[in-house]
Amino acid sequence: MSAEARLVVSDLRVVVTGTGADVVDEVAFSLDAGETLGLVGESGSGKTTVALALLGHARRGLTIDSGTVIADGIDLLTLRPKELQGIRGSRVAYVPQDPASALNPALKIGRQLRDVFRKDRSGSKDGDSIDARVENVLAAVRLDEAALSAYPHQLSGGQQQRAAIAMAFALRPGVIVLDEPTTGLDVTTQRHVLSTIRTLCADEGIAAIFVSHDLAVIGELADRVAVMYAGRVSEIGAIAEVFNSPKHPYTVGLLGAVPSTDRAHPLTGMEGEPPRPGERPAGCFFAPRCPFCRPHVCTDDEPPLDLIAGSHSVRCVRVGEIAPRVGAGSEGFATARAAGAAVLTVRDLRASYGAKQVVHGVDLELDDGECLAVVGESGSGKTTLARCIVGLHQRWQGELDWRGQRLVKAARQRTPESLRAVQYVFQNPYGSLNPRKPIRHIVEQPLRRFTDLSRGERGRRAVAALEATALSASFLNRYPGELSGGERQRVAIARALVIEPEVLVCDEITSSLDVSVQAAIVEMLRDLQAERRLALIIITHNLGLVRSIADRVAVMHDGRFVEQARTSQVLDSPQDGYTKRLLADLPHIATATAEPGLPPEAWLTQPGT
Amino acid sequence: MRAISPAADAQIAGAPPLELEELPAGVGPRDSVLRGVFRTTRGRIGAGLALLVVLVAVIGPFVAPHSPTEFVGPPFAKPSSAFPLGTDTLGRDVLSRTLKGGWELLLLGLAGTAAGVLLGATIGVVAAFRGGLLDAVLMRGVDVVLAFPQLVFALLLVSVVGPKLWLVVLAVAVAHAPQVGRVIRSAALDVSERDFISSAELIALPQREIIFSEILPNLTSPLMVETGIRLTYSVIIIAGLSFLGFGLQPPEPNWAVMINENRGGLSANSWAIVAPAFLLALLTIGVNTLTDAIARVSLGVDGRRAATAVVPARPPALEVRE
Repeated sequence: MSAEARLVVSDLRVVVTGTGADVVDEVAFSLDAGETLGLVGESGSGKTTVALALLGHARRGLTIDSGTVIADGIDLLTLRPKELQGIRGSRVAYVPQDPASALNPALKIGRQLRDVFRKDRSGSKDGDSIDARVENVLAAVRLDEAALSAYPHQLSGGQQQRAAIAMAFALRPGVIVLDEPTTGLDVTTQRHVLSTIRTLCADEGIAAIFVSHDLAVIGELADRVAVMYAGRVSEIGAIAEVFNSPKHPYTVGLLGAVPSTDRAHPLTGMEGEPPRPGERPAGCFFAPRCPFCRPHVCTDDEPPLDLIAGSHSVRCVRVGEIAPRVGAGSEGFATARAAGAAVLTVRDLRASYGAKQVVHGVDLELDDGECLAVVGESGSGKTTLARCIVGLHQRWQGELDWRGQRLVKAARQRTPESLRAVQYVFQNPYGSLNPRKPIRHIVEQPLRRFTDLSRGERGRRAVAALEATALSASFLNRYPGELSGGERQRVAIARALVIEPEVLVCDEITSSLDVSVQAAIVEMLRDLQAERRLALIIITHNLGLVRSIADRVAVMHDGRFVEQARTSQVLDSPQDGYTKRLLADLPHIATATAEPGLPPEAWLTQPGT
Repeated sequence: MRAISPAADAQIAGAPPLELEELPAGVGPRDSVLRGVFRTTRGRIGAGLALLVVLVAVIGPFVAPHSPTEFVGPPFAKPSSAFPLGTDTLGRDVLSRTLKGGWELLLLGLAGTAAGVLLGATIGVVAAFRGGLLDAVLMRGVDVVLAFPQLVFALLLVSVVGPKLWLVVLAVAVAHAPQVGRVIRSAALDVSERDFISSAELIALPQREIIFSEILPNLTSPLMVETGIRLTYSVIIIAGLSFLGFGLQPPEPNWAVMINENRGGLSANSWAIVAPAFLLALLTIGVNTLTDAIARVSLGVDGRRAATAVVPARPPALEVRE
């Protein structure tokens, strides 16, 4: 802990008001001027709770119980609400995830920026007028002057986020907290926003806390990283150290679950989910999911955060005994598959929303047992294409054939055989399952519609479908509300599989899930595809996923396929300028890969057991 | 400087006043909303008050000490040991009339509410799910009926046909249907845009089945809330009609007629008005509190669901960026 540390957090503890169950505990770190700490973890790990606590704020229902947060020499947690108000923005600033909700939709950007300076009691350090200061900060975040006279809705997502960043950086705070600021943005916009943040922090000497679930983004931006699990820091250290030689099994699992465009490694998902506040086990919180867990050694006492080298600390009692390794690379698995007959053919498909055309003449052919990935940024028309194929979007022209049979636009008018053959899995598992129906009803629904099987036989097939998606018969009587996001998405896939389709159209099905869950689902899809000779259309914005699963990739941009070829070809030697840009803008985790060819379970090696 | 996002602030200031301890643990679809409601203080108080009034109305007729239409004493006698609540304008026992004057009112109220909610819900769900011209026609029809104040509309019907009990029920139902229709339509619109409805569309599930099996089960909370609110309105409308002489007819006792009849004796024996008015008030407060609890618990259930969702209900990829 250096003397001139900008931010010192010690023993931070946030609890659920009333019950006293801790959400976050024993969080401690310090940051120097100009240094950036990445705070990474899956949903529910407490990273946002920590971020807000740095501003002296706790979400409704939570209370900051103890600890100190000293920013710029001021202990925030001892301040009165009124004093905190003065500190926020001027000493400690915050950039939220969704800029659209951070900006006042009724006021022009210029007015909102000027308000920031007007409320600043300290006045300008250089004696500049407000207008001059607005101009300066605008230039710093590389926003056009024209943005000043625009309302927030007239700006793109990236511009909105820049405006929000401008407001946060405006008064040159000592500490800035960025809560997933690039999560909703396209990779290109994300890269620009990240570089803006990096430059600003370095130039102004601001200590930044960068909260993200995206390891690659953290790797691009941060100097140090703290991995959070179940409200504790499980590993903290310099980026290079933590990412290249992770010591905590959870960090290793996370890194192994991140898909990469560089190598087609089998993604390793982690079973289970983090324990919730109040339900945390004795001993190490990760023990129930940890492949290295030893009874008593790991399950009796909570392990302390031990310093192992330099600034690298790990919360694992077995850190000296185990040598976990990140999933190994291998050459693409998907390439050797023999192509079958064409199952789905699309010719010159043009689709529109109202007067606006969003898909401009797309051709594609999908063979039996083949996996085609359609990659594109939001607004590229990829979801519209998928919805046209399955019959949910009906404003399109062109030809769509299933095994030589012409498919009409509306699903309701299609033949039962074609409906059965082409199944769709929705992006959001929180919306695609009827919350009032038990899983049994949901999974059996297609069977009731398309077959006249007996109740018993339907139940058997439902169980078989659930088991194919790594669930069990015990789920039959549960409701969607009792399931985690990953489990819900598995149920949605089971519902699609239960009537043995030929084509499965998956629309961003992992985008709302944590990486470890995403990895498990992608692995499952790959196995299913091989077992059942299922043809897959994977709609995704995640180029990393593509390498792990797809035979062929179609890159979509502004409603057109700009490139369509074998996966390795597109990723290794992209031809189109857009594809090249997309690949270049993608944040990478610079990890040293382990030896190739290891089976997935070998990512963990256990000497001396 | 707004350091904290307005969204974060809204969570503090604008969020519905849901106390954490008021959210019973494990309120899921399996645990019905009603069971959750009875775990809240608000729900228990509301249900208790409403039940009390219902008990008075149901058991009352059997325990009334006198015949409600018998003249047992002088008009507006003060309460005495023989007549605990005194007598009314014609010298009838107020206690007996109060005990006997509830069940008819409640029964008519229930019938009118049930009919009104049924009619309104049908209009709302059909309009929301079918959309297009049918939606427009139904909703404009609703607007026309809404243009009449509820009581005036009921009066219009009753004064044309004459005071018949079935007509009172019908008038109440017709007065409620538009409002129920509106509320249920917007709730059903929300539900029918969710992905699981699209999923049912994708297997071409018959529309009837989509409405009854997929949409309606998701409308139980707004339906319960509507029923609660409408029930108190129903009783008030019927009481109002009866007060004006169009609903329940004398000499049979009922709380509304009693208030009307005994207006003149407010100073002589105020109990003749206070007793029925008190019961009506109790019923209204009880049912409204219960309704409030239902709304809060079902909102809490949905709120928890929303809190666990990582992405918005609609896939952002659907947005067409300029």
